[in-house]
Amino acid sequence: MSPGHYLALSAILFTIGALGVLVRRNAIVVFMCVELMLNATNLAFVSFSRMHGELDGQIIAFFVMVVAAAEVVVGLAIIMTIFRTRRSSSVDDANLLKY
Amino acid sequence: MSASLAAGHVLAGQVADKQSGEPFFFWLLAAVSVCAALGMIFMRKAVHSALLLATVMLSLAALYALQDAPFLAFVQVIVYTGAVLMLFLFVLMLVGVSSTDSLVETIRGQRLWAGIGALGFVALLAAGLGNAALGDSTGLKAANADGNVIGLARLLFKNYVFAFEATSALLITAALGAMVLAHRERVEPKPTQRDLSKGRFLSGDHPGPLPGPGTYARHNAVDMPALLPDGTPSELSVNPIIAARTDTVERHSDLLGETEEEAAGQDVAAVRAVTARAEDAGAESRVVKAGTQAAGGPAAGTDAEGEAGQ
Repeated sequence: MSPGHYLALSAILFTIGALGVLVRRNAIVVFMCVELMLNATNLAFVSFSRMHGELDGQIIAFFVMVVAAAEVVVGLAIIMTIFRTRRSSSVDDANLLKY
Repeated sequence: MSASLAAGHVLAGQVADKQSGEPFFFWLLAAVSVCAALGMIFMRKAVHSALLLATVMLSLAALYALQDAPFLAFVQVIVYTGAVLMLFLFVLMLVGVSSTDSLVETIRGQRLWAGIGALGFVALLAAGLGNAALGDSTGLKAANADGNVIGLARLLFKNYVFAFEATSALLITAALGAMVLAHRERVEPKPTQRDLSKGRFLSGDHPGPLPGPGTYARHNAVDMPALLPDGTPSELSVNPIIAARTDTVERHSDLLGETEEEAAGQDVAAVRAVTARAEDAGAESRVVKAGTQAAGGPAAGTDAEGEAGQ
């Protein structure tokens, strides 16, 4: 299998994630779509690592995972706080900055 | 000379990089992950989305393993499927499993334009990939000669050691941030049992538990209101969620009859049938216990009940 196949799969998954971020209204699902985009880029990094025969790509994918884990913790805590005060997890309801 | 060396290197890489059965697993995992990802963004319930995301992540872990990255494959399973997705599911449970998206578009044509934008983005990436001279992969046989984990550790603790230290600072900050965000300050003292009891009685509402459904009614299903002593149904006795169901009347039409008289007639018939059976049983017992003085008791009782029913 050439790296092109893996990169194409990574591009498709990234686009699906981006589409989900644009289309969905539930903040938690939007967050899951962001995770999907991060995972798709990880697949691209691993493919590049194999293509070049160096392990640097895998190291970067590892760092992406660490940052994603930290991001999930803080993001879900923010979603919980907003849900506590507004009783809603829809991204449309958090619009105070709009006016 | 150098060109032939490079060609030989690439050839060796191709041979070294060959993995048996890779195309089969690649296409299988690609189909599974793309279908699961599409399902994730089209499922209405957030829990279904989370489970489909788990599928995508597990197939990505298998794809890492297929590409000579066993350490990342395990980290993917443990960190993403094990920790991150469980966190998602916990938050979903706290927020409410039934939370579904509203289908109202706040920006007109947003879905359509998002779809068009996604198609355009895929076309852009495909054009970029098609134009790039990717060549064939070198393979990780040489880099993984001492083992994948040892190779990664060498890089991580030599070239990337500063990024590694910065990561620890990031993780501590994230943990602190989660604690600060999840903390709720109590601004008033916790109410004691005495305060709660006082509040219950001072509010003037009914302080005790609500009546149960079906009490004294002709049927004791949970959707039948209890009858008060004067025969009127009590609205308090039925759970409002059950009372809001629309098909209750249809499901009890056989029980209620078309009109009230019909239903009452059915009731009277049922009571008569019961008393007739009791009379028969009484007659049998009279036959068995012939000559005893108490034999007339049950018969007199059923007669009285039959009159009351009429």
